[in-house]
Amino acid sequence: MGSYFDGSQPGPFAGGQAGPGQMRDWASGWPVSFMDRQTSSFADFVASYSPDLLPGRGPGASVAPAAPAAPVTPAPAGGGPALRDLPHATTIVAATCHQGVVLAGDRRATAGSMIAKRDVEKVFRSDEFSAIAYSGTGSAGIEVVRLFQVELEHYEKMEGRPLSLEGKANRLAWMVRGNLAAAMQGFVVVPLFVGYDEEIGQGRIFSYDPLGGPYDEQRFHSIGSGSVFARGALKKLYADDMPVRDAVLACVQALYDAADDDSATGGPDLTRRIFPVVATVTADGFSKLSESESAQYAEQVVQERLSSPDGPAAPLHAAS
Amino acid sequence: MPFGYVSPAQAMRDKAEYARQGIARGRSCVTLEYDGGILLMAPNPSSALHKISEIYDRIAFAAVGRYPEYENLRKAGITYADITGYQFDRHDVTARSLANYYAQNLGTIFTENLKPFEVEIVVAEVGDRPDGDQIYRISFDGSVTDEPGFVAFGGQADQVSAALKERYSADMSLTDAFGAALAALSTSGNGERNEIAANQLEVAILDRTRDHRAFRRIRAARLEELIRDSRPDSKTDQNTSPETPPSDASSGSAPVGDDGPSPPA
Repeated sequence: MGSYFDGSQPGPFAGGQAGPGQMRDWASGWPVSFMDRQTSSFADFVASYSPDLLPGRGPGASVAPAAPAAPVTPAPAGGGPALRDLPHATTIVAATCHQGVVLAGDRRATAGSMIAKRDVEKVFRSDEFSAIAYSGTGSAGIEVVRLFQVELEHYEKMEGRPLSLEGKANRLAWMVRGNLAAAMQGFVVVPLFVGYDEEIGQGRIFSYDPLGGPYDEQRFHSIGSGSVFARGALKKLYADDMPVRDAVLACVQALYDAADDDSATGGPDLTRRIFPVVATVTADGFSKLSESESAQYAEQVVQERLSSPDGPAAPLHAAS
Repeated sequence: MPFGYVSPAQAMRDKAEYARQGIARGRSCVTLEYDGGILLMAPNPSSALHKISEIYDRIAFAAVGRYPEYENLRKAGITYADITGYQFDRHDVTARSLANYYAQNLGTIFTENLKPFEVEIVVAEVGDRPDGDQIYRISFDGSVTDEPGFVAFGGQADQVSAALKERYSADMSLTDAFGAALAALSTSGNGERNEIAANQLEVAILDRTRDHRAFRRIRAARLEELIRDSRPDSKTDQNTSPETPPSDASSGSAPVGDDGPSPPA
């Protein structure tokens, strides 16, 4: 990956010769130019100013780790024994609903066979009308989310208007691509991005693969180690244009089913009051359910499961 | 290029004079503290090109002078703030460090450039409590001044500052602060009051109580409302803070014209 993103080459907007009005960093000798910005993209700027700040990169790493000369093959899952124990894996679900979209995630992070953390937050507000969640390596995911949040806000401040929803989805794809070198070493990050599209008045879902994207998803989607189970549950529970409350309940049911069958996904912890993080994005903007609101949904699901452990049954014959 | 020999002292004086004249040609801008935060106001006929902008969560930027120059500084300031917040934490971005960054930059530009930047900028930060509010003024040569309470800069800064000082008091409400700022900006040299219409004003606040991003522009209906409410003749019983009414009644004269070297209309 010999692009300027990995820091091995100066980019089109890299700080070049210091001109009038540019500060010089006498210590290191290269110009530190915040002036005369050509692009309103924060991530582009960081790539030229200090690429080691980018996700998946360490201090002093200005060159990407040597990519294999052979065609790309995925690294052995989790890298070596030490790297395999970095916390990862999860289930995230997203579902569009009436005038909005719901994004929910479980709270567990596993390292090998151990539960590394019980109360991880994987669902974040990326800006007023969008939200992002990630699956994969925890620390790499947090970095990507953080960079993405700053990227969106930075653009809005520079330009005086927020990016379009597609613009945001594309920028995220670029960041996922930038993490590719780390992903090939096993530190994969795959986000799920949702937003309220003000132009069409609907919620939208964008998914990614380790190389980028975005893929426009209809109705609902799920990512992570438990996604196969969550998707199966949502297939039976989801209805088009559901009210927001119903969509939230469907997502919580789907997360419960994922936790039921995937050891890397955590179900609601009633003793410790740790519940799935649920966020909604509607015309009123981003909103995260409070702990008590989330608890209500989770407790309702658990209560019903006491009598029907497999959850609500779907009718065998579709209503005619 | 300079013709013949010019002593460095003379060259500096010329540059300073040039910059001062450029800044004095435009309109003034005011920044003042009120009980809920910080108010920034400037006459600006353009609704798209701003003199007052957001830099970071609790930090705002206001400038007078040459638009391309202060627009460049604005973007550099946002970059500086976002990089610092990203490298460390959002709480580690302060107006003081930003003011120092501007001072360094402007100082270098003043010394090394053929033409200095004809700008004067203010960086304001709202604290969790009123005693945490800060206002810094950075002038074209990079000198920084701490301006507690209120500041007027650019244009006929002395006049506007004097008018503002008469009307300002600590812990004013937003309506009162708005009225004081508007009155100060509307005062022209001979004591007359020139009305500034809502569409000729750019107003923003840093609201202490807002989560995350404190900066908020005041526009349209809300702006009209504030202009109405802050007029001395529309004072209600709740309005207890003293306010010196303007010397004449409003003559209804047309809003003062364009802005000199500021954003094109």
